[in-house]
Amino acid sequence: MTALLSIRDLTVRYRRGGVEVTALKGISLDVEAGERLAIIGESGSGKSTLALAIARLLARSARVGGTIEWSASLLQKSQSVTPPSGLPAISPARGEIGSLVAGSPSATLETGESRDDGLISPLAGEMPGRVEGGVPERRPSAIGDNNIPLLGRDIGFVFQDPSSSLDPVMPVGKQIAEVARTHLNLAWADAYAKAKTLLERVRLPDPEAALRACPHQLSGGQKQRVAIAAAIAAGPKLLIADEATSALDTIVQAEIVSLIRGLVTEDGMTLAFISHDIALAATLAERIAVLRHGELIELGETDQILNAPRHAYTRTLLDAHLGLDAKPLLDRQGASA
Amino acid sequence: MTVLAVSNLSKRYRRGGKPFAAVDDVSFEIGPAETLALAGPSGSGKSTIARLALRLLEPDAGRIQFEGADFLALSGAALRARRARLQMVFQDPLAAFNPRSIVARVLDDPLRIHGIASRSERPRRIAALLERVGLDAGLAARAIHEISGGQRQRVAIARAIATRPSLIVLDEAVSALDVSVRGQILELLLDLQRQERIAYLFISHDLGVIRAVAHRIVILDAGRVAESGDARTVIASPQSAIGKALVAATPRLNRIKTP
Repeated sequence: MTALLSIRDLTVRYRRGGVEVTALKGISLDVEAGERLAIIGESGSGKSTLALAIARLLARSARVGGTIEWSASLLQKSQSVTPPSGLPAISPARGEIGSLVAGSPSATLETGESRDDGLISPLAGEMPGRVEGGVPERRPSAIGDNNIPLLGRDIGFVFQDPSSSLDPVMPVGKQIAEVARTHLNLAWADAYAKAKTLLERVRLPDPEAALRACPHQLSGGQKQRVAIAAAIAAGPKLLIADEATSALDTIVQAEIVSLIRGLVTEDGMTLAFISHDIALAATLAERIAVLRHGELIELGETDQILNAPRHAYTRTLLDAHLGLDAKPLLDRQGASA
Repeated sequence: MTVLAVSNLSKRYRRGGKPFAAVDDVSFEIGPAETLALAGPSGSGKSTIARLALRLLEPDAGRIQFEGADFLALSGAALRARRARLQMVFQDPLAAFNPRSIVARVLDDPLRIHGIASRSERPRRIAALLERVGLDAGLAARAIHEISGGQRQRVAIARAIATRPSLIVLDEAVSALDVSVRGQILELLLDLQRQERIAYLFISHDLGVIRAVAHRIVILDAGRVAESGDARTVIASPQSAIGKALVAATPRLNRIKTP
């Protein structure tokens, strides 16, 4: 397989309440083109930070070391659908970051360091801050080098809470059409037609009416379907779903997981599925990466992780899962009313 | 003997100008030291029933008997006194506390309000409550916002047991916790139930968790009881359409059995 992106020695530090917190420590990981990769961990494991780093959505104040390199040839294929936008090619400014990551020998960052105000995807501005500690500013996505991905065009991002990722006062059809218009350079009429097709693809009942609906008129599951439609509107190479089903009930969760599986298969997308739930991740992923306290503990095929975990922590996570075949705690305690 | 008996409970709201039944003719009973789970998809009425049982909402119809008394007929001082016996723990303990409070203050309130301990006695009682839920007594001086989510949920449980309740309503009380912490909190709840004979109304969308801790289950769909019975029997072979859908949607770990 070819790697869509290669993460090498990625370290991310935040300042929180005057204290520096290391969110990721020396993560190295290849995301293969076309694979379904799950990134799992408990709170504070760094899984969301990793997702944000890949999407280049880390807060400006984050100190980043290491590299995330994208396959230029794979990205160019997706970029060929984007007509020249007339934006100047911007060369990333390197000076600032070098000093920030002093102490790290491989202190270059291929993707995360461009501070230039380049194209900001329509989605980028609407993304809720999921960075713990709440960080007001986002690193804008810049274009220039072919191997710098653009959020919205090359990367689709689905967050946990669709209510905060969707604009509450804009009809959902327009929110989706805007992505298609921006990245595929479609006229509004074509972009709306595309939005309607997308709403059909995410199986929203009555897509025609849904185009004109505002988010508050939809249920939580329907809003998440809209967020997915917007995320895939420009045909991204990589779809990142960060706890995208965690706020939904079990039945809707299963529907959304099955929807995501279908969409990534049909479109040949690569999937990064971020979750705290190892059982849910296993239903979807071909490989699972286990994070703990900012470190990559274990990475393997789903089967191997479930049946022959190498790390004790992975085993702990598996044993903590309360499945329908687990021994009830009531029995373990030997007490029953 | 029952702790809580709910019969023919109904609550209607208006949604988009049209009346809609959030809870529709629901009946169930909970005995001492028993855990009854309420399961169902979003919007099935689980949390509305919890709020009705706590009298945070008034029903349109139906009866609620709590510890043998007509709970809906109580008001004023009698209601406040009875409420000490009926406690609650919610999903998000950060939202359940005054965020500027400290742990000791959170536990001092119920002891003071319900006249359980004198001022001089309360610090000792607070330390005992913290120890009872597996926390260091030294945590008392810490601010609510600076302790971890798991510790906060333990404080919420300590607050709930401070008034020696016969019933605690647990509304998705472990849903937001990490799995490793979740197991410990469930163990704590079971231990308290065994020691203090507390009954739980355990609301969850997660059948795996319900199966681990509940004796009986009521599965709700659109405000109505779809089916009910022994938790493991119902989950092993659900009869209702919604019960089948919930079981089918529960993620499974396809592990090869190892000794």
